Amino acid sequence: MRSILYRGLLVLFVLGIALWTLWPTFRYYTLSPSERQSLSTHYISKLKKQALNLGLDLQGGMYMVLEVDKSKLTEEEAKGAEDRALEIIRNRIDQWGVAEPVIQKTEEGRIILQLPGVLERERAQELIGKTALLEFKLVADQKVLGQTIKNIDDVLQKTWKGDTTKTYLTDIIVTYQGGVAVREVDAAKFIEIINLPEVQAVIPPDFQFLFGRTTETQDGEKIRPIYLVKKEPELTGATLKSARHTIYQGQDPAYAGKPIVEIHFDKKGATKFAFVTGANIGKQLAIVLDGVVQSAPVIEERIPTGDAIIRGNFTIDEAKELAIILRAGALPAPIKIVEERTVGATLGKDSIEKGLKAFLIGFIIVVVFMLIYYKLAGLIADLALLLNTIFILAVMVALKATLTLPGMAGLILTVGMAVDANVLIFERIREELRAGKSVKAAVEAGFAKATITILDANLTTLIAALVLLRFGTGPIKGFGTVLSIGILSNFFTAIFASKIVFDYLVNVKKVEKLSI
Amino acid sequence: MEFFRNPKINFIGNRKYMYFVSGALVLLSIIVLIVKGGPNYGVDFRGGLLLQIKTEPPLKIEAVRSTLASKGYKTEVQTFGEPGMFILKFSSEQISPDEIVNALKSAHPNTTISLLRTEMVGPSIGRKLTMQAITLVLVGMLLMLIYIWFRFDFKFGVSSVLALFHDTIISLGIFTILGREFSVPTVAAILTLIGYSINDSIVVADRIREKLRAFGKVIPRNKIEEIFNSGVNETLSRTIVTSLTTLFPLFTILIFARGTTIFDFALILTIGVIVGTYSSIGIVASIVTDWYKTSLKKEKA
Repeated sequence: MRSILYRGLLVLFVLGIALWTLWPTFRYYTLSPSERQSLSTHYISKLKKQALNLGLDLQGGMYMVLEVDKSKLTEEEAKGAEDRALEIIRNRIDQWGVAEPVIQKTEEGRIILQLPGVLERERAQELIGKTALLEFKLVADQKVLGQTIKNIDDVLQKTWKGDTTKTYLTDIIVTYQGGVAVREVDAAKFIEIINLPEVQAVIPPDFQFLFGRTTETQDGEKIRPIYLVKKEPELTGATLKSARHTIYQGQDPAYAGKPIVEIHFDKKGATKFAFVTGANIGKQLAIVLDGVVQSAPVIEERIPTGDAIIRGNFTIDEAKELAIILRAGALPAPIKIVEERTVGATLGKDSIEKGLKAFLIGFIIVVVFMLIYYKLAGLIADLALLLNTIFILAVMVALKATLTLPGMAGLILTVGMAVDANVLIFERIREELRAGKSVKAAVEAGFAKATITILDANLTTLIAALVLLRFGTGPIKGFGTVLSIGILSNFFTAIFASKIVFDYLVNVKKVEKLSI
Repeated sequence: MEFFRNPKINFIGNRKYMYFVSGALVLLSIIVLIVKGGPNYGVDFRGGLLLQIKTEPPLKIEAVRSTLASKGYKTEVQTFGEPGMFILKFSSEQISPDEIVNALKSAHPNTTISLLRTEMVGPSIGRKLTMQAITLVLVGMLLMLIYIWFRFDFKFGVSSVLALFHDTIISLGIFTILGREFSVPTVAAILTLIGYSINDSIVVADRIREKLRAFGKVIPRNKIEEIFNSGVNETLSRTIVTSLTTLFPLFTILIFARGTTIFDFALILTIGVIVGTYSSIGIVASIVTDWYKTSLKKEKA
């Protein structure tokens, strides 16, 4: 009696957690267009983070596998070529402003790039195919920058005749770590202003505006630093021989034990570098990769040897990353696209609709069949099935797994396979009843004997699912995930949860005849 | 409701007919696969470019084919799902999808042509995926064999895995005869099928083991067929019901998810579930029966 209550409460508790986990998913995917307009972007992006991820095949986007062509590099140079390529790609994608890109290195040294919502194949290819370009450019000093910003706004005032509804540069510019920046959301506006012919005319002729790496402020807001740099580079990556991160061991106590980056120029570079550093002490020299400022250290003294260090408030990881970027610019290797899959957003939506329809109708047919074939017991199995489906989705959300189209197929298939455990139990109970056992004895024997069989049978399917998870890629992994979770949660729903209802019928209601 | 009440069908007694049917189907499938040079490998394995396009109002397949041929492209064109939807396949992955769409647009100015999906697989990836697929299936089977060997006995293990080959080869054969394409999702489907089919075999094996235990150490040789046959019959109801509840949702995919990449996936599983159900009823127990009979005979001699 009490055990039934406790077990029932446990199932309800787990169900409660599952529903609570699924709530953001439900809310996010049922937002009406007007709600999307009226609700704050912060709230919506928070919902999205907590909602079930959809694979690229369902939400549309590009999936690419990239390979670094190392044929022109020596063995020594080839080391870490993938890491360098990864940084180059990351740097470029970052500037493109793609929402939630995934960039990762595979075990075989390839790079997987996932761009949700992006379908501009040509642009993506161009972006990847470009050879990396590393340049060192002098940064205009604060006074020139301040004057230029002022001049720009003056000329805008004149052009727009003081129209206050327009956006001026000073409206979007913020100060950031001693320099200036714009918020990520204002970046497009900034570019627009900069490219106006009137504005171009007041920017010092041999200077240009460049963005820095997108960073997050302490409030979690994404911002982009802005630099005014000389158009003509002082040096390029071709003269850079090596770059590595290490720990500062010099005399300055302020930097003792801090991560730094050591760079080393070749002979030609060293001469040039000595000249540049000598003539510009106190100025910033920007390290620019593919048109994006990576770092802008201040030149402290003339460096005659071609061996320089870059120091700053780096963490180890930041120093390491900067060293990789510098090497990437010094040793560019072509990057090839070896696999590419794109799915249009409309096709993705269509797949979701078709998949959902197949799922719902399949679900209903199985539910009705179980009701007809096993009557009341069938209803119990149906409830277990519903519970199972809820659990699978909730676990996927909790694990931050991605639902793909094959994953949906897995979900549909699980509906059919999940009732198998109950079928095995029910058939056993029927047999025991036919053999003349009492309802209570038949239920006990049915569950006991079938449980071993269910365990054996499901473990082999689990083996297959785990093999898929281990070796599969992308969508297939999504299928393996659904199948594995489905099997595990099935043990809980079909055996544990449905047994509670039977125990209730047999021990509390003391039914004489079982509807099965 | 019950489909079978205490069925007493003599499966084991008629096993030579089932051996014959299975043998014939396996042989036919192998011949098909040999004649066609293996399954109909898709872009995933061969490398190349695949495009899914939609034409509105729908173009005729001949129109698409002749336009592309006249521009000098070697293209395989197939209809896909609904009218006006096509799959275009090129063996070179160097072709630009936009170039193809533009070629079609200029030849059919009154038709809206939209590019829905592209898949480009370079030759090196194709080889990698092929190797991965083969490993996937073999590793899966090997693990099943070990599991059943461990949980039941070697005879059941080997017979179940033989049945797996039987199911896989026949499913692939039918799939190939239907002209469907062998891709990465197909491999996943085959692996799932393996899991499903072994599941069925285990339920039967489990029941037979239970019956054998009742006899203790000495199993009378003349009773073997009877024991195995009643094991199959007693689980028959469950085998059929589970196949049905698995087939229903598969059918709904086949009907409602046409024109998506999971159609083929559901198709091979549908074939596989039917073949797998048959093999777990007719083949696995039959092989084990013969094996037990032979080994018992040896022991006596």
